[in-house]
Amino acid sequence: MRRTDPEPEPFRPTALQRALLDRFQRELPLVPRPYAAMAEALGASEAEVIEALAGLQAAGVLARVGVTLAPNRVGASTLAAMAVPKERLAEVAALVSAFSEVDHNYEREHRFNLWFVVTAASRAEVERVLATIEARTGLPVLDLPLERPFKLDLGFPLSWN
Amino acid sequence: MELSSADRRLLAALEEGLPLVPRPFAALGERVGLAEAEVLARLEALRAAGPINRMGLVVRHRELGYRANAMVVLDVPDPMVSAAGERLAREQAVSLCYARPRRPPLWPYNLFCMVHGRERLETLRLVHAVLMRSGLETVPRAVLFSGRRFVQRAARYARGAPQRAEAMP
Repeated sequence: MRRTDPEPEPFRPTALQRALLDRFQRELPLVPRPYAAMAEALGASEAEVIEALAGLQAAGVLARVGVTLAPNRVGASTLAAMAVPKERLAEVAALVSAFSEVDHNYEREHRFNLWFVVTAASRAEVERVLATIEARTGLPVLDLPLERPFKLDLGFPLSWN
Repeated sequence: MELSSADRRLLAALEEGLPLVPRPFAALGERVGLAEAEVLARLEALRAAGPINRMGLVVRHRELGYRANAMVVLDVPDPMVSAAGERLAREQAVSLCYARPRRPPLWPYNLFCMVHGRERLETLRLVHAVLMRSGLETVPRAVLFSGRRFVQRAARYARGAPQRAEAMP
């Protein structure tokens, strides 16, 4: 199923914003003034770095300055999928997104057209969320927990063309 | 490593991201009752011991023009999964790669990876090249492009279950 909502033009970062994205997806300086450390590495001022990051955040490019956690080291999670009749997709997606345990809720082009991650403090809670979604929608949910990671999120090399 | 309750509070508070102020670790510490130096020491320990997979700018690809994001799923014979996963993991175009259970008869695929591109044809070419190099071009597979991203509710911190590296849109 093709997406129907129009996409805005991609954001065009400034030179400093590009440098920040290229350099600091994986190595946040663990020092009292991390933005000053980034600024020093890039020949800018601390205020300029903060402003550049705020601009990236306002544009939606920067989700956050923060951490990603290794899977299943803290709590439990699973990747879940549902085959939702097209006419019910918006309704079911909204129901799923309303759970505070749900993240990364996406439409995908497949018979299994709704994919999301459920994260909770324990496996039992994850299963409770999946069962509740099944009960409320009347649709089965595929539960695809991670068995073995081969590559974790290490940031994303961006090509600027 | 066992996470202390302070570690959990710290990770939960970090879900919203580090504030964009000159002393962000001090600000974070104020919210969870830790001194700036303790925050830095705990984060360093969590990074070194493994619960923190990555620390830095967390980027949304779509807003940068990477709109053709494909989840590639493969049905690899079980004895080959490790070798296949390791080969795929070495590919630069593959950002994530995981083994997950099959759910027959509905779902026959047991190896997942993510490939990002700016447009569909570019992504399909990348997928093809990766599979050829990995010797997986004849394995049954499906390529699931992402469509709409459904809006999330606000923060979910305080649930003791912070953001993962596991799933990429």
